[in-house]
Amino acid sequence: MKPIVVRGARVVDPAAGRDEVADVLLQDGVVRAVGRGLGTPEGATVLDAAGLVAAPGLVDLHVHLREPGREDVETIATGARAAVAGGFTSVCAMPNTDPVTDNQAAVGFILGQARRAGFARVYPIGAVSLGQRGEQLAEIGELAAAGAVAVSDDGKSVATAHLMRTALEYARTFAIPVIDHCEDHSLSHGGAMHEGLTSTRLGLKGIPRSAEDVIVARDIALAELTGGHVHFAHVSTAGAVRMIREAKGRGVHVTAEVTPHHFTLTDAACEGYETNAKMNPPLREAPDVAALCAGLADGTIDCIATDHAPHHYDAKEAEFDNAPFGVVGLETALALAITALIEPGVLTLARLVERMASGPASIAHLPGGTLRPGQPADVLVFDPAAAWTVDPARFFSKSRNTPFGGRRLRGLVRWTLVGGVVVHTAGDRPDTSDRSAR
Amino acid sequence: MSGALGKDLLGLEHLSADQIRLLLDTAEPFKEISERAIKKVPVLRGKTIVNLFFEASTRTRISFEFAEKRLSADTVNVSTSGSSVVKGETLVDTARNLEAMRIDMVVMRHGSSGAAKFLADRIESTVINAGDGKHEHPTQGLLDLLTIRDHRPIAGTKVCIVGDVLHSRVARSNIWGLLKLGAEVAVCGPQSLLPLGIESLGVHVFRRVEEAIAWADVLNVLRLQLERMQAGYIPSLREYYRHFGVTVERLEKAPRDLLILHPGPMNRGVEIDSRVADGPHSVILNQVTNGVAVRMAVLYLLAGGNPELAEAAKGGSDR
Repeated sequence: MKPIVVRGARVVDPAAGRDEVADVLLQDGVVRAVGRGLGTPEGATVLDAAGLVAAPGLVDLHVHLREPGREDVETIATGARAAVAGGFTSVCAMPNTDPVTDNQAAVGFILGQARRAGFARVYPIGAVSLGQRGEQLAEIGELAAAGAVAVSDDGKSVATAHLMRTALEYARTFAIPVIDHCEDHSLSHGGAMHEGLTSTRLGLKGIPRSAEDVIVARDIALAELTGGHVHFAHVSTAGAVRMIREAKGRGVHVTAEVTPHHFTLTDAACEGYETNAKMNPPLREAPDVAALCAGLADGTIDCIATDHAPHHYDAKEAEFDNAPFGVVGLETALALAITALIEPGVLTLARLVERMASGPASIAHLPGGTLRPGQPADVLVFDPAAAWTVDPARFFSKSRNTPFGGRRLRGLVRWTLVGGVVVHTAGDRPDTSDRSAR
Repeated sequence: MSGALGKDLLGLEHLSADQIRLLLDTAEPFKEISERAIKKVPVLRGKTIVNLFFEASTRTRISFEFAEKRLSADTVNVSTSGSSVVKGETLVDTARNLEAMRIDMVVMRHGSSGAAKFLADRIESTVINAGDGKHEHPTQGLLDLLTIRDHRPIAGTKVCIVGDVLHSRVARSNIWGLLKLGAEVAVCGPQSLLPLGIESLGVHVFRRVEEAIAWADVLNVLRLQLERMQAGYIPSLREYYRHFGVTVERLEKAPRDLLILHPGPMNRGVEIDSRVADGPHSVILNQVTNGVAVRMAVLYLLAGGNPELAEAAKGGSDR
């Protein structure tokens, strides 16, 4: 493997306390050195990154790669390719596949497929309960031993308070977080979007904020009871941010993520029954967006995760009630964060790298998230000022379900390196000739 | 096919007051056609209309069909049972297949809010919303307006919609239409059946039906569907009638006589007392009669009919 020198970039590595123009030397799959005026070893490839930013590769704690089960909408290979196109070098795959990732063989399958695919590192998340049915605990110890980095019944909440309690107690033994999708089904049942004036006008059944808030409150109480680590998936409400802030203030072991769609869009995006704005939790209102941004700024929210959820074109081309929840996000997340958070001054570039690399890596105890020597040579080089227009037809993901098509964004990934190998270069585009234009 | 209204009629929210007045004014001359011995004029001769009903409907479907036939259109009725819908065909494919048969208009009733817009965005034919989920039922809103206008000017009239506003497309179309024409609008019902943020639409909210009756000139009493009890929105029909039923005793305490509307079908003894439904101030059957005239006006205008010629159009006989 040839050494690579990333030459002359602004190196932003908050975990190492670094933000300066420097060179990064990658050799044998790890970061060898970071500093000014590093020499070029024999046979090394030089990436001229003057004027660009080099950061640790981004880490996404929340993706749905659909394999096994729905390889028609995404595979581990296409998802991992989309990830590196978006600057992510590590992604965590949620277990709600078919079959569910609730046993060590399923974990091994994901790791094997990811190894064959190359591109991003894929870390499996195991199920909390067998079949995600909310009844009996999955073999969490074996899941962790096989390589699962967290457990979750994502897609729905851990069904009962008792199951959540035992999962937290049990997972603590193996030092992995329990990731909860907070939704009280009895409050959200049949809902298609946020409950508010827009849902009233459109005549769609609403999902109230309280559907999320009551489970967040429950889980905080249980984290406190057990000393276990709850990670809150895709926080969407001002109330959840407030409760998480308060819990953290008391030292309760909770962490949280927010998606780019929740910090950029409101329920107004559902106007006209736009099914690409249908997701769960739903897009909320402006005060929630403001609270999520404030939470990102003050560290109440630890990280940005995409909840990348590919769906077939036919499934979204339906009546709003009948369309599935979810949007793809891997290829737009960084640019949305730069455009919506850095440009208005919500976050500095260093803080953004913290929220998208070191923060998520530390939640799931993943390697990387920093460019300290000896760490994996997972590097993202991007141009924070370059503008581009989102064209879903050019996604590497198999699916196109995004509400951001046609948006002008800033922040272009120039190179993504995983293990010291360039796995994505700007201008790489999938061969779209054999795909539907939509 | 587009005139004063555009291609489709999907709801009243996005119509202007002038467009709504035009529809009501156009309905006036059409009322008379249904009173004739030979109830037919050739206005829509040669036009093909599909009545596509994905939800059960008696009154609305028959009313549309009479309106179409009295204007001499060729009509086909499709209902869910026995259609390809039950075989799993998507709404897009159903629509494209209809379009391939070169139709002019689709009248659609569907259980999903937004289904009419979904269809309208994907076919070139005119789409008339005959009720989509909990969203809108514009022709019902129009016939309610026409019925009120037969008795009093709409501007300044106080209209209270009583009952299950949360699940009601009739309520939404009424609210938009009434507000645009200058009425004062209120809703009344148990809070569990009132949508969040309804006040922001510009309507008053009454928690008790006695207060609504004391305030209103017109009550539009909504049907209470029996499923609402099973779904936990109200404890029982008996209790609903006791607290929210529109009864003679409650109306007798009103400071003035109220006009009583109901979109049907009625649950006598649940949301409305039979003595009220059959009483002197009920205009429930007038609504049904007006429904045909309003739907004729909608069909006529969407087919490109000249509003000024509506009076003349009805004169053309098909004898």
